[in-house]
Amino acid sequence: MNFFANLFPKKPGTGSVAKDRLKLVLINDRANCSPQIMEMIKNDIINVISKYMEIDEGELDIQITETQSENSDMSVPMLYANIPIKNMRKIQNRT
Amino acid sequence: MSEVFVITSGKGGVGKTTTSANIGTGLAIAGYKTVMVDADIGLRNLDVVMGLENRIVYHLIDVIDGNCRLKQALVKDKRYSNLFLLPAAQTKDKNAVNPEQMQKLCLSLREEFDYVLIDCPAGIEQGFKNAIAGADKAIVVTTPEVSAVRDADRIIGLLEAAEIRNPMLILNRIRPDMVKKGNMMSLEDVTEILSIDILGAVPDDESIVIAANTGEPCVADQNSRAGQAFRDITRRMLGEAVPLADLTDDRGLMNKLKKIFRLGGA
Repeated sequence: MNFFANLFPKKPGTGSVAKDRLKLVLINDRANCSPQIMEMIKNDIINVISKYMEIDEGELDIQITETQSENSDMSVPMLYANIPIKNMRKIQNRT
Repeated sequence: MSEVFVITSGKGGVGKTTTSANIGTGLAIAGYKTVMVDADIGLRNLDVVMGLENRIVYHLIDVIDGNCRLKQALVKDKRYSNLFLLPAAQTKDKNAVNPEQMQKLCLSLREEFDYVLIDCPAGIEQGFKNAIAGADKAIVVTTPEVSAVRDADRIIGLLEAAEIRNPMLILNRIRPDMVKKGNMMSLEDVTEILSIDILGAVPDDESIVIAANTGEPCVADQNSRAGQAFRDITRRMLGEAVPLADLTDDRGLMNKLKKIFRLGGA
């Protein structure tokens, strides 16, 4: 049995795909975060960071996703932000 | 000590009406005086699932509008003398009732019955608000699909907001063969995601279709696997600790052989 199992490695089923998609959908549903609110958060982040450095606003990506909690096995929602920096100039100018 | 349960799901077509019919019949068989209320005004179905469509004279809206007394509108089941149906109106719409009127109706039903089961319409609008208005407890029905579980999650949130605490889950239409192959979410997957107590799991079974064809709920069919699941659910509702059955289909030839070898060897 094991021999055959190794010979034909089992592909993960679509059930786990469904579960992962569902988790992500529910995180967004439960966060009750409308696209407008996400846009507002994004603009505020741009305003704050722009005080210190030049960032690529077009490439900025923020979304609500999930991560493994450090204290338990539960997944917890996480605000993910990818903010490409164009230039650190402003910081140097300040100091 | 009567209890009012609402059977709800958010998404349509997951088996609310079938569940209501089977639990209602199950409780009646167990000896409790039970009434099933079809709250799906305008799209009534519980009557045909129960095979009682030819006996309807008055309906829920008639009772609320005072066109008849409550007892006149209750349709007595033809098989079980302690089972009744309060049918929905087919020609009215959901706005013909409001939550206060439903609360009043549930109060009068409580006086007559041990169990009141309300079959909720799909959706989260007026019909849903009416159906949950008079309920103390909720049963959420879903299937192992992303869309159905998502809607169930939303419904659980709305029930909590309406202060109906600790709803219980029925996972319907499980295909154990597909779960085994990893191509369907399992009961554990769904309960983990919804973090809610499980009342039962019902396998996808031909007997459900056959039962709906004839208008005789499969809970009374001793050979039906779905019927067995509903019998277990009924016993759990009555407070018995019935373990969740292993839904794996063991009737196939290969499985029978495996069983024999397992018994003989190891």
